[in-house]
Amino acid sequence: MAAAAGEAAGGGGGSPSSARRRLRIISGHLRGSPRAPGRGALSPSPCKAQGGSAGPASGSIPKKRQELLKWNGWGYNDSKFIFNKKGQAEFTGKRYRLGGMVLPTFKEWIEKTFGASLEHKTTSRASLNVNDVPPSIVNEEFLQDLRATKISYSQDAEDRVFRAHGHCLHEIFVLREGMFKRIPDIVVWPVCHEDVVKIVELACKHNLCIIPFGGGTSVSSALECPEEEKRMIISLDTSQMNRILWIDEKNLTACVEAGIVGQDLEKQLAESGFCTGHEPDSMEFSSLGGWVATRASGMKKNIYGNIEDLVIHIKMVTPRGIVEKNCQVPRMSTGPDIHHFIMGSEGTLGVVTEVTIKIRPVPEYQKYGSVVFPNFERGVACLREVAKQRCAPASIRLVDNAQFQFGHALKPQVASIFTSFLDGLKKFYITKFKGFDPNILCVATLLFEGDREKVLQHEKQVYDIATKFGGLAAGEDNGQRGYMLTFVIAYLRDLGLDYYVIGESFETSVPWDRVLDLCRNVKERIVRECKEKGVQFAPLSTCRVTQTYDAGACVYFYFAFNYRGISDPIHVYEQIERAAREEILANGGSLSHHHGVGKLRKRWMKESISDVGLGMLRSVKEYVDPNNIFGNKNLL
Amino acid sequence: MERSQLHVKSENIRQRAEAESFFLDHSSKQQKELTSKKRDEFEDILEERRLSSDLRYAMKCYTPVIYKGLSPCKPNAIKSAVLQSEQVQYVIKQLAKEMGESPDIIQEEATEILDEMGHRMQLGAVRFFAFTLSKIFKQLFQRVCVNEEGMQRLQHAIQEHPVVLLPSHRSYVDFLMLSYLLYTYDLALPVIAAGIGKYVFNNVFRIQRIDFLGMKIVGELLRRAGAFFMRRSFGGNRLYWAVFAEYVKTMLRSGYAPIEFFLEGTRSRTAKTLTPKFGLLSIVMEPFFKSEVFDTYLVPISISYERILEESLYAYELLGVPKPKESTSGLLKARRILSDNFGTIHIYVGQPVSLRTLASGRINRCPYNLVPRHLPQKPSEDIQEFVTDVAYKMELLQIENMVLSPWVLVAAVLLQNLPAMEFELLIEKTLWLKGLTQTFGGFIEWPDNLCAKKAVLSGLTLHSNIAGLVDGHVVLNDKGVEDGAVGEIVFRRALAVLMCATYRNQLLNVFVRPALVAVALQMAPSFRKEEVYSCFSFLRDVFSDEFIFFPGISLKDFEEGCFLLTKCDAIQTSQQEIYPTDKGSGAVSFLSAMFRPFVEGYQEMKEAFAEKQFIPAVRNFVFQLLEKGSTQCYEALSSDMQKNALSALVQLGAVKKKKMPNGFTYNVNQEAVSKILDMFDSLALF
Repeated sequence: MAAAAGEAAGGGGGSPSSARRRLRIISGHLRGSPRAPGRGALSPSPCKAQGGSAGPASGSIPKKRQELLKWNGWGYNDSKFIFNKKGQAEFTGKRYRLGGMVLPTFKEWIEKTFGASLEHKTTSRASLNVNDVPPSIVNEEFLQDLRATKISYSQDAEDRVFRAHGHCLHEIFVLREGMFKRIPDIVVWPVCHEDVVKIVELACKHNLCIIPFGGGTSVSSALECPEEEKRMIISLDTSQMNRILWIDEKNLTACVEAGIVGQDLEKQLAESGFCTGHEPDSMEFSSLGGWVATRASGMKKNIYGNIEDLVIHIKMVTPRGIVEKNCQVPRMSTGPDIHHFIMGSEGTLGVVTEVTIKIRPVPEYQKYGSVVFPNFERGVACLREVAKQRCAPASIRLVDNAQFQFGHALKPQVASIFTSFLDGLKKFYITKFKGFDPNILCVATLLFEGDREKVLQHEKQVYDIATKFGGLAAGEDNGQRGYMLTFVIAYLRDLGLDYYVIGESFETSVPWDRVLDLCRNVKERIVRECKEKGVQFAPLSTCRVTQTYDAGACVYFYFAFNYRGISDPIHVYEQIERAAREEILANGGSLSHHHGVGKLRKRWMKESISDVGLGMLRSVKEYVDPNNIFGNKNLL
Repeated sequence: MERSQLHVKSENIRQRAEAESFFLDHSSKQQKELTSKKRDEFEDILEERRLSSDLRYAMKCYTPVIYKGLSPCKPNAIKSAVLQSEQVQYVIKQLAKEMGESPDIIQEEATEILDEMGHRMQLGAVRFFAFTLSKIFKQLFQRVCVNEEGMQRLQHAIQEHPVVLLPSHRSYVDFLMLSYLLYTYDLALPVIAAGIGKYVFNNVFRIQRIDFLGMKIVGELLRRAGAFFMRRSFGGNRLYWAVFAEYVKTMLRSGYAPIEFFLEGTRSRTAKTLTPKFGLLSIVMEPFFKSEVFDTYLVPISISYERILEESLYAYELLGVPKPKESTSGLLKARRILSDNFGTIHIYVGQPVSLRTLASGRINRCPYNLVPRHLPQKPSEDIQEFVTDVAYKMELLQIENMVLSPWVLVAAVLLQNLPAMEFELLIEKTLWLKGLTQTFGGFIEWPDNLCAKKAVLSGLTLHSNIAGLVDGHVVLNDKGVEDGAVGEIVFRRALAVLMCATYRNQLLNVFVRPALVAVALQMAPSFRKEEVYSCFSFLRDVFSDEFIFFPGISLKDFEEGCFLLTKCDAIQTSQQEIYPTDKGSGAVSFLSAMFRPFVEGYQEMKEAFAEKQFIPAVRNFVFQLLEKGSTQCYEALSSDMQKNALSALVQLGAVKKKKMPNGFTYNVNQEAVSKILDMFDSLALF
């Protein structure tokens, strides 16, 4: 039955959605009956397309990722920032709202902010040089066994390189100018839970290393292969396990295979009128399994919760066997929650194959908004008050002045004189009439969701609070653009790389009373470190408060600088990033709010969770995976 | 478990060693660059004042540069911020609960405290000061010399991060002069933590302090020029402490103005740098530890006087004779002083030291993350150690840039050749000492081309109250010797010697390491390195309150001393031995003679203590010795030395200090004292 559901979910795109929905409901009911849950592992349910080269479901991301996605940068091949013949910035493609638009002030902003010049350009290698790729270490016996399972695999250089990295700056830099020392030796594409069980069994049998791969959007060096790994490294690409197995409308849950990427999950759920509401910034590419493995957080967590709030049931294949709970309940008191060993395990314990996740009806009404504050301090105070009154909208974010100006620079050319006149009027009102200093003011962007009536009510409440902190409503448009930027901002780094500008983002969580101090000190530290390391032009060092909680907030930093004149920019960059992280920790911030630890932040784990804490995690790893089959060396 | 503890311990030791090596970096560098050290040029700020209108100067457009993150606020806004702060409110609530009183009453009390200490900086008062001080300073001083580069560095520092000014303290002129200086250079006027010393807190010594608030008009004016006041002793008063600390921190965090206070806590009566006090320093460091500011600059400032305004007052004070209470009318009477000449002042504004840099790799700020920041927290041992180290480091930096006038050299030579010295010999010796001082890295301000004779003469003219030229001989000026009782003669003489010693003392900071090696050489039974070192370390411990030593680096100090002595060819070292050279015997004996007053003085005091005689009994004891003529060590009469000696004995465990309801009592450990005496006795041989 599950297979049927899977087929329906992944199958032909043209069938009427009502029929599919009904089918899923039926299957959901069946699975929801007391006999069914948690027995999957004992009575292997038939896997739909065993080893077939044609995937079971066609998600947005193809098996050959390089056909759609950049091999040496972020996102889709057809979407990127360029400077057109007139020297104006433009965003190509039609996938985003910004697509095809000219951004008249962007060039000036880049020049002013980074001291970069369009004349000084670096160029990435045009394509992957297959000869540079390290040869594949092959365990022939394993290969024979694998062939017998009919699971799809590839030893192609491109496929392997594509899965050798995430999206840290140094990884992209290596792609553009060098080559990784160690990459996976083989890529396998299981299509269902049983395939994963087989692969893990084989890996144990032949003592090989498995590195699970979901969406490949990691920014913690989690996907990098340990250089010293001598065993054959299997990249276990979950992308073909992307079906929604069932939907349970009574309990508002859905059981989904872990390889599904965010955009497909939401798209497919929407067909039945549901959503998960989990929208990390990487949701176009990142996978459900990846979210679980890194303890992801979504933009709209205020309504829907973070991944730990959303997950009802997890099935994970480990070298010891399968770990899962025997029921699908909202909460249980059965010792420490085993889900919390799995969430954030970063691929060190096993492969998450199926997840039951909470779903909600698609909201009736959505409204963006924005508020301008005279300064960052007032803005933070307002967010704190909103959090205190527990009336945060689906999303509320506060960007500092530098990021406000950055957003401004990405404003597309206005279509009519009338809009430009209106813009001018708005600007006049805010800066001259209200006396906001354009070099100090900051902006909060808002997203409301729910019943129309409630949204409007909610909106009023939030705007009333904002007024108390000197905030001025600044329109829906600004808000919407703010959120759109979240998705395109990742593309900007690729543009910067072409002009000697390197940059990265990083995040933390911090108690409310320390938000301002942390933001100021970390930004200052970055500036100071850049100066000390010989960076000639002052860096862009900017932050935003992206999430609010009862007891604190999540803060996101962007940091970029012009590296002309520096011989080893990546090394300098890493030193500065490290200094910034130390500053965060000294200021009472966490090691990570949602990016995870990977290998990038491992060195601080001990001080973050204490010796004993680390020992606890280690002992779990030792029990679950004594031979270190899941040997990506993350976290511990 | 045990092993891990051990591990932690060894880790600590390693860290400590690293920290030390970091801190010492500067002194070892110093060793290498002693003579080649580049110091900034001085500029006389009075010169312009003598040429142009004081009134126009006072009314000039005054727009000081400010901290980049400053949100402008009035003194009153700061006060209410302090009162409303979580820190103060927390203590108020605590006290209310403990004492069963209403928080309002305690809040009222807090308001009063704040009003008592708070400053009310007003531009008008500042201008008034600018005008009058111009007049007064021009009368009193020949020149006021400042290193302009230091002022420029300070200007940058003020814009970047909160700044703490740490001047040396030799005179009340210090903070007037510093504010005047900052005004002249268009910098924000500092808020000053000055003591209200009406409490005679040490009934053993009975040193009376000037009642600062008693000087009503001047006090009020000072407040308006930005001074704020703390009580010198508020021992158990938690409310006072909370309000005061929060007041200082609020001003620091907001970058409102530079904060100024004296590490030495009070004016040094002897011109030797006093051992630092840590309370205020740890307050100003806290915002950094708690990450409330990105960094804090500590700026050591060395203010050197060619002639100290209060020189005779200090001498009286040291001899335990109550000095006239300094009231406003007293100050007016001091007009007589205005006709006097006090020579040149040198102000050297040191390189701002970044607290962040000092703390990097040494202080882990994370422990502060586990407790709300407004809760009062006892600083950890690490932190206390760090604060101590920084305090000493800053004082050593002050010392490094203290300017030594030719008169200082003259005084040092003269004191070794009492009662009279041939003028020509004095010149010759002074010149020789100049060379030695420069070898040791002393910062001598000796105008180019000024011949030695003129330099000595001008020193004698300026200090005619201390010494004078009689029949080609230079003699101490102890008038009244002829026609007094024996006691009177001793007193007069002591007064002159102590005044003279005040100037010689300025040299001691530079000389102490090599000189103690020289003394140790004479103490040690052989020239074996270990034995010399063990004597050195004994002396260093004994004199730990007398001179400034960076804590815990005895060996480094020893090596530095040896290095300097080798440099001037006074000693030679081999693998195992250190021995004086023939050529250097002059230097070695000069150095030990220079410190002899301390050695002898301590010896006498220890004898006195051994007989359970404490101050002021010690004074009588020494006085009798002097009257009998069995000692010539007048400096042993100095209450400063007596106090330091006692505290050294306490630290060495020879004397136990006990707190009693009416002060302290001391118990003598006879054995330990006699052991120390034995050590000193070995010195008596030379």
